[in-house]
Amino acid sequence: MTQLNFADIHYFSVLNQNILLDVNSGSVHLIDECTMSALDALKMAEGDFERAAKLLNTEENEALVQLKELVKEGLLFTPDETGGFYQPPATTVKSLCLNISHDCNLACGYCFAAEGSFGGQRLNMPLETAKKAIDYLLANTKRTFCEVDFFGGEPLLNISVVQATVEYARAKAADVGKTIKFTLTTNAVGLTPKIEKWLDEAAVSVILSHDGRQKIHDTMRYFPNGRGSYDVVSANIGRYVVNHPDGDFYIRGTYTNKNLDFVADVEHWLQKGWRRLSMEPVVEKEAAYRIKEEDLPKIKDSYNKLARLYDAKRKEGQPFEFFHFNIDLQHGPCLLKRLTGCGAGHEYLVVTPEGDLYPCHQFVGREAWRLGNLATGIERPHLVEELKTAHVYNKPVCKKCWARFYCSGGCQANAQLFNNNLLEPYEIGCKISRLRLEYAIWVAVVPLA
Amino acid sequence: MKKHVKTVIKGNLSNTVKTGGCGTCQSSCQSACKTSCTVGNQACQK
Repeated sequence: MTQLNFADIHYFSVLNQNILLDVNSGSVHLIDECTMSALDALKMAEGDFERAAKLLNTEENEALVQLKELVKEGLLFTPDETGGFYQPPATTVKSLCLNISHDCNLACGYCFAAEGSFGGQRLNMPLETAKKAIDYLLANTKRTFCEVDFFGGEPLLNISVVQATVEYARAKAADVGKTIKFTLTTNAVGLTPKIEKWLDEAAVSVILSHDGRQKIHDTMRYFPNGRGSYDVVSANIGRYVVNHPDGDFYIRGTYTNKNLDFVADVEHWLQKGWRRLSMEPVVEKEAAYRIKEEDLPKIKDSYNKLARLYDAKRKEGQPFEFFHFNIDLQHGPCLLKRLTGCGAGHEYLVVTPEGDLYPCHQFVGREAWRLGNLATGIERPHLVEELKTAHVYNKPVCKKCWARFYCSGGCQANAQLFNNNLLEPYEIGCKISRLRLEYAIWVAVVPLA
Repeated sequence: MKKHVKTVIKGNLSNTVKTGGCGTCQSSCQSACKTSCTVGNQACQK
């Protein structure tokens, strides 16, 4: 038998369930305590089954034999068919994030966009620039299905350009046999019934920002005069949710170290009848509200409670969506997608109101990462290459990590921000991803137990 | 059926290197995930 690599499996216990993941095949096994002990022994014996057997009692040895059978069946310690070698394909843009407004009607305390301006001028994107962005996408994509997200700042501050851009893009895409899916990320301050109606008619999916409990929401999401936005935003989102019982939208929140008990914010949303939810950790390096290493036990506790809540609501026939628990273990993305990751800088680009191109929305304003401009195209192809090749096989930490095909090496912008090195992921982000994934896997397999 | 192990997902991920790569699926940071890249929770659109 070839040398077993323990980075190719992951076994763990959450909520009284022992789970064994085979990383390269994606197979998942539910295992008992004897098998947990057998795996510990096998690890101690450096993958030598005979040596491991000597460390185990009779029943644990039965489990060890069954593990050996799984290896033979191609369900455990499965080798990676790529051999750890991946040559990214030729660049083809698939998604654009249009920062349609570098201005905002809120002044959120944690905004990575510096109140929409990204450290630059407060500007709205002119329609001509938005049209050029669409032309750029269609000229530089080999994909039939493309995506455009309207982002900011606050995109509703430039709604007329959003509307004209969708109309232009749909017509242009149809001319060349392509389809563009649109999303719009908004703070919901200006989400009027009229705009809502247009979003429906134009089939634009919506991401609505909200942080949960009023005190939590208002601590970070406030108007420039300091007044909290909870009342205004909750009313608008509440109306939107009622009008869209089966809608293609998400409520998206950000947690900081001020609400490590963010499961309470998810519960708050559920009390309002909001059921399509996403809650993510803040990205911040220095401010007092940043996530710190010592916050991780509380974060784990929140995901633990969230997983239990998710399962309980599912059993009650009142299920809700939690974006990061949406893990499809049987029909998830192919390995090539997982190696591509977020695609920042090659599949995915951001366009600023000035027409500048950046790898993603979080890179905007980091001048060293400005890739080019709509007028000139990509001016720094070496950065595109650097981003493309910053995949899990080239990241030393990821090569040894069981979660490598689920997080795909983590957020490139965070790696650059925290470590100034795309090949060195943001460690706290990795730790959060791993514990969140364990609960996501639990959520997926517990009905099969 | 094994006494100590219950296989609930028989995966084929490694083999999808031969069949995948169509690019139909959504970009991972393009919806409700804007700050913490997660690819494994997306669905294959093929």
